[in-house]
Formats: sequence, C-alpha cells, structure tokens
Amino acid sequence: MSAADETEGFRSAALAGRVLRSPHVVALVIVIALLALGEALSPGFASPQQIMALLVVAALLGIIAAGQTMVIIGGREGIDLSVGAMVSLGALIAGNIMDGQNAAIAQALVLVPVATFLVGLLNGVGVAFLRIPPLVMTLGMAGVIQGGLVVLSRGVPSGRSAPGFSRFLSDPLVFGLPGMLFVWLLVAIVMGLVLARTRFGLRIYAIGTNEAAARLTGAPVSLLRVLLFGLSGAFAGFGGVLVLGYTGTSFISVGDQYMLPSIIAVVIGGTALSGGRGGYFGTVAGAILLTVLQSILITLALPEFGRQMIFGATLLVLLLFYGREQRLQA
Amino acid sequence: MSQAGASGSAAILLSLRRQTWILAAIVFVVLFAVNAVLQPRLLEPGVMTTTLQTALPLLLVAIGQTYVVLAGDIDLSVGSIVSLVNVSVVTLFMAWGDGPLAIFGAMAVGIAIGVACGVANGIAVAVLRFQPIVATFATAIVIAGIALWVLPQAGGQAPTPYWRSYMGGVAGIGVVVWITLGALAFVLIFQRSRFYAQLMAVGGQRQAAYQSGLPVMGHRIRAYALSGLFAGLTALCLTAETASGDPLSGQALTLQSVTAVVLGGTALAGGIGGAVGSMIGAVVLILIRNLIFFARLPFEVQALVEGLIILAVLAGGVLMTRRAAR
Repeated sequence: MSAADETEGFRSAALAGRVLRSPHVVALVIVIALLALGEALSPGFASPQQIMALLVVAALLGIIAAGQTMVIIGGREGIDLSVGAMVSLGALIAGNIMDGQNAAIAQALVLVPVATFLVGLLNGVGVAFLRIPPLVMTLGMAGVIQGGLVVLSRGVPSGRSAPGFSRFLSDPLVFGLPGMLFVWLLVAIVMGLVLARTRFGLRIYAIGTNEAAARLTGAPVSLLRVLLFGLSGAFAGFGGVLVLGYTGTSFISVGDQYMLPSIIAVVIGGTALSGGRGGYFGTVAGAILLTVLQSILITLALPEFGRQMIFGATLLVLLLFYGREQRLQA
Repeated sequence: MSQAGASGSAAILLSLRRQTWILAAIVFVVLFAVNAVLQPRLLEPGVMTTTLQTALPLLLVAIGQTYVVLAGDIDLSVGSIVSLVNVSVVTLFMAWGDGPLAIFGAMAVGIAIGVACGVANGIAVAVLRFQPIVATFATAIVIAGIALWVLPQAGGQAPTPYWRSYMGGVAGIGVVVWITLGALAFVLIFQRSRFYAQLMAVGGQRQAAYQSGLPVMGHRIRAYALSGLFAGLTALCLTAETASGDPLSGQALTLQSVTAVVLGGTALAGGIGGAVGSMIGAVVLILIRNLIFFARLPFEVQALVEGLIILAVLAGGVLMTRRAAR
C-alpha cells in the first residue's frame, strides 16, 4: 500500500467516523430503527400515510424549536422557557383574527408572529441589557404571558381556525404531501441558509462561542441577543398559528406541551446548551425522533405510567450519546 | 474617630451587600404590611399559621433546590419527587394501617425514596455528565411515571392521627411553625459546615475546586441528595395537608422552587446566595398570591398582575445578587 493510499484510507475512515458521530445521522438511524420496530409491532406503523402524519406532528415541534435553536446557539446560558406560553398566545390571537374566515388567514399569519416577536424582544432586553439569566427572564415572562392570556380570553376559550387554512395544512397539496410539510421545508431551508451563510448566522455562533471576542470583532452583541429572543418569540407565535390550524381550536394552555420538548429536540439534535455549537438540521432530526418515539409508545398501548417511564429512560439513553459536559481536567 | 465610624458603616454596608436575601426580606416586609392592611386578620396567630401552612411545601422544596443551584446545577425533578413520595406514603398508609409504627415507617420510606431519587439525579449529572436541565427533566418524566404506576388516580387517605397532628400544635405553637423553625435551624447550622463552604466553591469555581482537590463529583451528588431529601419532607407536609395522594400533587412546585430560589438572591450560575433567601422567597410568592386575592382585583387580571409582580421581583433579585458578586 502506498503512502497516498494510506492517507486516503485514514481520511475516509475519519470521514466515516465523523458521519457516524454526527448527531443528525445518529438521530436518523434511531428514527429508522424505531420505524422498523413500530412496523414489526403493529403493521402499517411505517406506511407512507402514517409517516406523513408523524411528520406533520413533528413539523409543529420543529418549527416551534427553530427560534429555541438560535437562542441556545447564541450562548450565555441561552434558553427560552416562554415558548410554550408564546405558542398559546399565538394560537389565541390567530383564532380570534381568523374566527373561521378564510379571508383573515393572511392577516393572522403576519400579525401573530409580529406580536410574539415584540414580546420576545422584551425577553431579549431583560437578558441583554438588565443581564437577567435567560432561564429566569423567560420563566417570569411565561407567567406574565399566561396571565395575559387570561385577560385576552377572559377565561373562556375563543376563536377558531379558518377552514381553508386547516385544509391547506393537513390535506395533500402537491405529490400527496400536506402543506404543513412544505412550510417546515421552507423554515428549514431559511434556517439552514441563515445560520450557515449569512453574517447574522455566523455572528450567532460567534457570540455563543466567545462573547468578548465577538464584541472585539465589532459584532453588536447585545442587539443580536435581543433579536434572537425576538425571533424565538416569532417562531413560537408562528408555531401557535400552525397549532391552531392543525387542531382547529385553541385553549389557553395549548402551548405548554411544547415548552420542554422544544429544548429536548434541540439538545438531542446535537446543539450544545453551552452555546456556539449545533444547527437547525439537528433540531429537525430531534423533533422527528421525539415524535416517532412518542407515537411508538402510544402504539404499544402501554398504560400512561409505562409510556412516561420508557420515554424518560429513552431520553436519558439518547443523552448518553450527546449533550454531555466535558470531564473536569486536573 | 469619624473616619473609623465611616469605615465601620462602610463595612456594615459591604456585609449587607453580601447578604443577597436583603431584597427578598424588604419585599417580604412590604408585602406583609400591605397584606395586613388588606386583610387585618392576617396578624392573628391562627391566620398566620394557616398562611405559613400554605407556604410550607414551597418553602421546604426551595431549600433543597438552593443547594443544587449553589453547586452550579439545577433540579427540574423536585416536583415529580414530591408527587412520588406523596403517593408512595399514602399507599403505605393504606397498606400498613394507622399505628404509630406504621406512620413513622411510611414516613421513613418516603424520605428514603426522595433521597434515592436525588442520588440518581446526582449520578446522572455528576458522573454521567449529563446537562442538568435536560437530565433532570428526563428523570422527572421517569419519576412522574413511577408515581402514576404507584397510584394512577388521586385518592387514598392519610390516617387521621397523621394529618391531625400536623394541623395541631405543640406548646401552643403550630406544628407547621415548628417545622419551619426546624428547617431554619438546619439551614443556619448547615451554612457553617465545611461541606457547605466546599459546595459554594464547587458551584462558583468548579475548575478551581477540582484542581484544589475537592471531591466535586461527590459534592454535586450530595447536593442533589439534599434536594431529594427536602422534596421528601415537602411531600410529607403536602400529604398531611391534603390527607390524600395525587400523582400530580408536586407538579407546580418545580418551577416555583426555581423562582423562589432566584427571588431569594441565589445566582443560577452557582456559588452565590443561600437557603434563607429561598425561604423568604417562597413566603413572598405566597404573599403575592394572597395580596392579589384580597385586593379584590377582577378575576381576569389576577394572573397577569401576579406574573408582572413576580417578574419584577425576579429582576430585582438578580440585580441584587449581581451587586453582591462584585
């Protein structure tokens, strides 16, 4: 074997190693394994229609977690615990704007993300300028939004989706794929491009890796951070509109179920909670994985306690693969 | 002479600044005064004891949470641990009857379950090096699942002597007051221990603590065990208060305990703060709710006002902690 061959061999081995260790690959392998397991347990689990239905559910989580991904990459313990409340807020406002009328769809799609973007900016101001830890700021904000929801709705569920919007999201649109998947695809492409190809995206990684260094290179660190939380609000609000469209109606705690899963999806997608590392495609894989896992546990017809125990235990096993902290060095 | 006086008061100011719970204490005094104006009966010993009884579960669980946060971690499973211990103890009560041995036996098992959950969390975080937020969220799901397995639906009954003695008093003072005083005594004594000082070092300067030979891993596990212990105690109080079991009984306590800890001036980054502040923080949260109830605000705006006040006090607590850190 010549030296050149040897380097070539090393290179491809290293490449293979990197691919195998890359979180989205691991996540996708697990997803395929889970689908196979589901198919074996209950034939039809991995049928195209069923996979499509799973992807639609995963899309909701994936889109809601898009802003969360950016906030977490942005570092300084970045995390947004207000996304659940933001989703509820988005669903409530959208339901009242649409109120069953197709004519109001566009209005809801524009106004809701703008509204939740503004609320998110408040999170960002608290974090970047008052220097309140993100966990505390967004936890407090979640309480405020939940209170605001009671004021807005007067405690009574109100509003409903426009029939045209719900049909667009759930019924086959092109190639038999429902509109929700195209929305997610669009979000994924935009997120991928923004994070990898724009100065804004690269700066998010820069402030997440080393804020002081990023500041020295002239990045407007505080403004960026404010913007990140605003975007997280906007994505959550947009997710709320989609949740409304998917379920038809909303209630004031409809978003709560997305709060911690949005963080889990990001983490099992390989984005480090310490910031500066990761990307949106990991989150996509994470959202799909979580959804397939939950669905398989439902298929198993386990009692609720068994479902929870296996779900929690599986999360712990997944965390073994990534999201571990570095060993302390002597 | 005047110079000495000036430096003396400067020293007092400086030492006050180190007391991160000062803001919580001030807020507490103000809230208590306003509450007393809105509800004059608050000053009656009986009403005060009842108010403390409402605050006690949060107060205890927040003490345990404090030690984990001081060590630089966080415990999002305390609510699930409270639920699990609650349903386990009630189930044991039902099985073992209401003799004194049965009651104390069930209580001991409950505490042991709490500590065991805490140790499991500690191992996941310190040994397996999982990130605390996601790891304890995952263990919380598992623990909540076990609670559902033990008791699928709210029900069961605690023996009468158990809850009656909790509601009663000793030497003319309510049992809940004694428990609070006992907790305070523990906190104050524990603060003087070497372990506590090392725990603060582990949270504040983990790398340095490791390099100077502190058992970082062991201390983090012990902090989680303490959190589990206090979650177990919380569950015993909750069980006495409700006299029944509910697999979701502790759910709301998780995030509330974090709020109480931060409100009490403990930094989430670790190493700064203390459990006295968290105790005050827990009472402050209950007083805020009381205040809103007795202010006769319209129903719809109550939650919003509560959220805004809590956010404001949280922000204040954080700013206070930062001054102390300087």
